[in-house]
Amino acid sequence: MTSELGHLALIVALLMAILQGTFPLAGAALGVPVWMSVGRAAGRAQFFFLAVAFACLIDSFIVNDFSVRYVAEHSNSDLPLYYRIAATWGAHEGSMLLWAVILGLWTFAVTVFSNSLSEEFLARVLGVMGLISVGILLFILLTSNPFERLVPMPSDGGDLNPLLQDFGMTIHPPMLYMGYVGLSVAFSFAIAALLGGSLDSAWARWSRPWTLVAWIFLTFGIVLGSWWAYYELGWGGWWFWDPVENASFMPWLVATALLHSLAVTEKRGAFKAWTVLLAIFAFSLSLLGTFLVRSGVLTSVHAFASDPARGLFILVFLALVVGSSLLIYALKAPAIRDTARYTLISRENLLLLNNVLLVTAAASILLGTLYPLILDAMKLGKISVGPPYFSSVFAPLMAPIVLLAGIAPLFAWREASMPKLIRQLRWLAPLSLGLGIASTALFWSLSDIKTLAGLSMAFWLVGSAGISLWNRIRLRETALDGLRSQSPSFYGMTLAHIGIAVFLVGVVLSSSYSEEKIVRLAPGDTVQLGSYTFTFKGVTDVVGPNFKAQEGSFVVETDGKAVAHLNPQKRIYKVQRNTMTEAAIEPGLTRDLYVALGEPMDGAAWSVRVYYKPFIRWIWLGGLLMMAGGLCSVADRRYRLASLKTVEPHTSAAMRKA
Amino acid sequence: MRFLIPLAVFAVMVIFLAIGLKLDPREVPSPLIGKPAPTFNLPQVADAGQFLSPDSFKGQVALVNVWASWCVSCRQEHPVLVQLARQNVVPIYGLNYKDQREAANGWLAQFGNPYTASAFDADGRVGINWGVYGVPETFVIDKAGLIRHKHTGPVTPEVLEREILPLVRQLQGEP
Repeated sequence: MTSELGHLALIVALLMAILQGTFPLAGAALGVPVWMSVGRAAGRAQFFFLAVAFACLIDSFIVNDFSVRYVAEHSNSDLPLYYRIAATWGAHEGSMLLWAVILGLWTFAVTVFSNSLSEEFLARVLGVMGLISVGILLFILLTSNPFERLVPMPSDGGDLNPLLQDFGMTIHPPMLYMGYVGLSVAFSFAIAALLGGSLDSAWARWSRPWTLVAWIFLTFGIVLGSWWAYYELGWGGWWFWDPVENASFMPWLVATALLHSLAVTEKRGAFKAWTVLLAIFAFSLSLLGTFLVRSGVLTSVHAFASDPARGLFILVFLALVVGSSLLIYALKAPAIRDTARYTLISRENLLLLNNVLLVTAAASILLGTLYPLILDAMKLGKISVGPPYFSSVFAPLMAPIVLLAGIAPLFAWREASMPKLIRQLRWLAPLSLGLGIASTALFWSLSDIKTLAGLSMAFWLVGSAGISLWNRIRLRETALDGLRSQSPSFYGMTLAHIGIAVFLVGVVLSSSYSEEKIVRLAPGDTVQLGSYTFTFKGVTDVVGPNFKAQEGSFVVETDGKAVAHLNPQKRIYKVQRNTMTEAAIEPGLTRDLYVALGEPMDGAAWSVRVYYKPFIRWIWLGGLLMMAGGLCSVADRRYRLASLKTVEPHTSAAMRKA
Repeated sequence: MRFLIPLAVFAVMVIFLAIGLKLDPREVPSPLIGKPAPTFNLPQVADAGQFLSPDSFKGQVALVNVWASWCVSCRQEHPVLVQLARQNVVPIYGLNYKDQREAANGWLAQFGNPYTASAFDADGRVGINWGVYGVPETFVIDKAGLIRHKHTGPVTPEVLEREILPLVRQLQGEP
């Protein structure tokens, strides 16, 4: 009964979405206030029914109702409760429902936090989001219904993919979807602004907090995915340029460009057309990513159920949404006039350069991801494009961005003074280079140019952020006064940029100085990695709730003192009968020690992989710092949003300092 | 008109994606088409004392089918092969890939044996030489011992009618 209830709720949610997608847009176009107000009510109703549907599906998993096909395929009587709940979004149908629910959640949020928006603008925003909801809900109901029954009911289920029976994997999809779907809000704002014909800086001010929150979630989702791959896949890697990883990274790059562009449009009234286009691109890339991983056009370790029928539906949906938005852009954008004037040397131009670099990076990743498909479609053969292409294309684009990120805040708006800048920065270049050389020489090898360059750039970035902060504090009476008087969004920017530097340090050091040994070890044998000695104590059998495992025991010592006890496992899951390697990691701020069991060999010996990974945690730490920066900035916005009264789109009432 | 560029680029991309829906990215064409079948000399599955090599079927058109008892899709295609063997159109030789002898023989006893003989490739080395990357796969070998076609995946009646049997008939007509 629960499943039918959920199915019904889903259909009602679709009806609400149809109302939400039609009346407000018509009302805004024709000026009918009653129709425009349908948006709020329909949006909230849609979310309510989606929540009911989702709760029904979760309930089917909790009680293990195997008469529901989706539950029968992905759950099992031995699956622990926590993973049963997570299995709700562990496969295609359920994860699409999660997508729809999260879209409903964002819709609900827009209906709540929109007091400063005009009725007409809000109606258009909700209308566009409603149309997107209609597409997703139709897709679920017509091709990917999680509520279908399975008759006759099997006695037990197919179990959740063991790769997903893991904490990181359970929160990674919801976080990512919060990001992907959140970008639909910025998209809807952009379309609403285009349709209404009013593209002044007010719409940018409204969009910013929504885009920030979506960006924060997307960052978190990507960081989680990378961290998960590192500890779960057993080879110490953290990024593989897999099509699904790229599908999350491209929207992130464009969303970062969008954030910067929104700042310029809001503060200076420049880049208006650019910002609208970026908002369209960001969400389009989210939808494209959804298409790529569910249609079977690309091979990927992540690919969901590849079903050409589903692929066709999403492709048509993608073509409609993106095609119509780009058409609206082509029709309305020529009328946009930038009100700002700026010279060559100015913060505006630096940010423009930053955006060009970010978009170029996203475009090259898109090209590399689609290239095998393009060649195959043109009958030019089958190739695969992997890390050699992506890393050689991405690094040269990122280097200028790192160099610019620190110093851009030092450039004045409109017209920056080169002599003044040179005076401020003249010590920074030699100082960062010097620090880079010093740290590389002291701890590693001076002949490693990559490390030298990476560390120098990181020092440069942190140094220039420091100079920027110092410039502002200096204007106050005391240092404390100066620190307190900076806006949260300034700290947000500084934190996020420092996060880039931390990330860079982690990438450079872990890729240059990781050590790996693959050895045959019998109980009692040791292997030396750097200053660490790994002693293999043997393997015992252990039993888990739905798996059996062989657990190795390792002691790691340095300078004669025990540093860690590591217990890697080789698990065999009862139902799907796959073998999973659970690596054992001793985490640390400056290094990770990593052990994974390979295969049993003769006697009691095993093949074992041991890794020494310096500074690898800094990669995710950098990501977390970026998130923290984003959170600071959001804190700033919300305070100001609450104090703003309803503003008509044509007035640009900027009551804050630049 | 530069505002139409994004739309135009997008349209091109959608066309490629639509074409992509009809293609299978996992399918890799064989580089061995037109080349001599790699040689091997393996014990047979049924009788370890007997050996099988491509010389056994030189001079006639033959099908070589890569199979295993652990392979689910092989069970799917097996009735088609059994049916084909009964028609005596072309001899089918088996390459039993990375399997256990008892399991393989048991599987054939249970589901039927369409093979004139099956070679036992326990460690898969012969499979590597033949470019096998998935099971089942079916090769068409001509009278001179050259590989003329490879089908990846289960053989269905449509595949037989459209791909394999026309080629077999054509090759049998050649000297």
